[in-house]
Amino acid sequence: MVVFQKPHALTDTPFHYCPGCTHGIIHRLVAEVLDELGIEGEAIGIAPVGCSVMAYNYFNCDMIEAAHGRAPAVATGVKRADPTKVVFTYQGDGDLASIGMAETVHAAARNENITVIFINNAIYGMTGGQMAPTSLPGQVTQTSPYGRDVKACGYPIKVCEMLSELDGAEYLERVTVNSVPNIRKAKKAIKKAFQNQIDGKGFSLVEVISSCPTNWGMTPQAALKWIDEKMIPYYPLGVYKDRSAEKEAQV
Amino acid sequence: MSEKVLMKGNEAIAEAAILAGCRHYFGYPITPQTEVAAYMAKKMPKIGGTFLQAESEIAAINMVYGVASAGLRVMTSSSSPGISLKGEGLSYLAGADLPALVVNVQRGGPGLGGIQPSQSDYFQATRGGGHGDYHMIVLAPASVQEMAELTVKGFELADTYRMTSMILADGTMGQMMEPVALDLEVKPMPAKPWATTGTGMKRPHNIVNSLFLQPEELEKTNFERYARYKTIEENEARYEEYRMEDAEIAVVAFGIAARVSKNAVDEARRQGIKAGLIRPITLWPFPKAPFAKALTHVKSMISVELSMGQMIEDVKLATDCRVPVTLCNRVGGMIPSPDLVLDAILKQAKGGN
Amino acid sequence: MKTTQFLFSGFGGQGILFSGKVLAYKGLIEEKQVSWLPSYGPEMRGGTASCSVIVSDGAVGSPIVSKPDVLVAMNLPSLDKFESSVVPGGKIFADSTLIERKVARADVKAFYVPATKLAADNGIPTLANMILLGKILKELGEFTPEGVEAALKKVISAKHADMLEVNLNALRLGASL
Repeated sequence: MVVFQKPHALTDTPFHYCPGCTHGIIHRLVAEVLDELGIEGEAIGIAPVGCSVMAYNYFNCDMIEAAHGRAPAVATGVKRADPTKVVFTYQGDGDLASIGMAETVHAAARNENITVIFINNAIYGMTGGQMAPTSLPGQVTQTSPYGRDVKACGYPIKVCEMLSELDGAEYLERVTVNSVPNIRKAKKAIKKAFQNQIDGKGFSLVEVISSCPTNWGMTPQAALKWIDEKMIPYYPLGVYKDRSAEKEAQV
Repeated sequence: MSEKVLMKGNEAIAEAAILAGCRHYFGYPITPQTEVAAYMAKKMPKIGGTFLQAESEIAAINMVYGVASAGLRVMTSSSSPGISLKGEGLSYLAGADLPALVVNVQRGGPGLGGIQPSQSDYFQATRGGGHGDYHMIVLAPASVQEMAELTVKGFELADTYRMTSMILADGTMGQMMEPVALDLEVKPMPAKPWATTGTGMKRPHNIVNSLFLQPEELEKTNFERYARYKTIEENEARYEEYRMEDAEIAVVAFGIAARVSKNAVDEARRQGIKAGLIRPITLWPFPKAPFAKALTHVKSMISVELSMGQMIEDVKLATDCRVPVTLCNRVGGMIPSPDLVLDAILKQAKGGN
Repeated sequence: MKTTQFLFSGFGGQGILFSGKVLAYKGLIEEKQVSWLPSYGPEMRGGTASCSVIVSDGAVGSPIVSKPDVLVAMNLPSLDKFESSVVPGGKIFADSTLIERKVARADVKAFYVPATKLAADNGIPTLANMILLGKILKELGEFTPEGVEAALKKVISAKHADMLEVNLNALRLGASL
């Protein structure tokens, strides 16, 4: 009897991610959702530049590798080419909230009918641990060796809070994957973000607070704990916008 | 031939793109090409197409990348500073072997420069424009009719060779009106089995990608791409020869400079000077044949450009520096007058440099 | 081969480009080769504007008119700027309501048309350009009522069809001067 198996939407290519990295979990959640909604054959995923740059090797659906930060613009093109397809981007914090901020904000403002999976681990992983737009105040990184000094390099960007001010955005939720209950909640949010697209509701973004044991300089367990102790107080979990639910509530 | 209508060059590009089956346009406002966007904004919603004013040139070229990945004909247009911003996307389009049409209605530079006509993006266009080893097919129209015809051709070549075609025009070409016949022949689009249109669970997934971390693999993609470029150089070079049969002085010019030069050549002929014009229509691939032919009777050449001398390098390469080539130019939005070109011809006729 | 090069000049808003377009379409309808090239940029918003039109029996080379056979000056700065560029034996049409001085050159033929005043007097204040064009076509021996009507029909969109008659009247008025 099969009790647990790889989702069909994942390929057999082994992940290249570091031990303890949560990208693997989030990939799996996305793949499970593609399976459960039966949309693998209609899905086109856009990979970012960053640790998940090679996501195109891991998902069984058609995949496009975008330039750094441009995934929402590429997704816009793909979706406009055929609105019946299911289009998602998978982006890290540097990609989405730094170099690609304009593309992110404007895709949200247009209520572009796409799904965005946003991995926030407060660091640039692929290039070896530099300060990210979401690095916490005081956080030590390769390019903030004395801790992020907010006087010199400003404050972290809270993406869900910021986008929630846009009339265009449909659905914004922040989740994490540092425990089994949190993983379950994360999957629910991801599924909703895809279902929204299928239902034509528009721009849906799930921010997943993620860990980077390698560049945080911690064991995987300590990293998961750090999410609870440091990340979540700064980046509270929850639904930041759900326009359809708000409408229903008003009725 | 259908009834001719008067159209601006920019509008002719837009209408020809629609005739070529392009239903997706992404752009950002910039003078002197905004008529392309305005035309698309008006037409696209009526024919079920997409016109989207992007948040930036960078976003626009990446939206182009998305539609191109999906296998449809797609375009963007801009002018010089905007094309610099698109440079990143142009490189990625090349790296991922995606077909697209990009229009550059050039203005004077560098920097914000001016808004008057220029040809000073020649290097940027013919050498690729972004990072890495690659080319675009660069088409240089010299009339409104050609703006339309080369737009259709640009889409066809882009699809055939899976690469970007660039229409390299200038402010004059974009703004001028001339009669144009729009009964253009459009060949059917080739199949695009590589496109990311969803697997439908019927085939292995397609990947559109320009990342190759293994150097051997990346080298292979470059070699293969350049083998394709060689075919293009052999088959797709286009040019016009004007009064070249017995010419001793060859003026070389494209776009608006070629129009001006024709007047000068005619006047020189009236004065008994054997002048002719070679007008490259493709700037990449640069046409070599008319130069080889010219070398049998031409004694000197004059490159007429709205730049500080960019095409002149290709003229020297095409002639192996076997005849002297001088530059006749105006820049910054100025256009050489027929008199200026005539003076350059007269100087050569007297044997001076 | 007969080629006539026109340069229309004046303030932005005086209908310089429109005049040029009517002339170009008239040429096109008569199966001539034509080109129309506006100056573009900030001058569109009220500064000096100009428009090159070439009508030829053969192919048009450069679309830029630097030595006009016919100069139309609708304000003083335009006359000041372009008077010297007109070919010897060429024609200058000046709106004498807005230009008080005379053409200085003796080797060109000058026509003074109080177009702006005539337009105002006739209740068509925006059509000084068409009055001038009517006069130009008459002096060139190119004015035919059918020709200008056909050209106007091409330039005036169906949405503004009611403007056709007033434009035609302005052209006729110019041609009667």
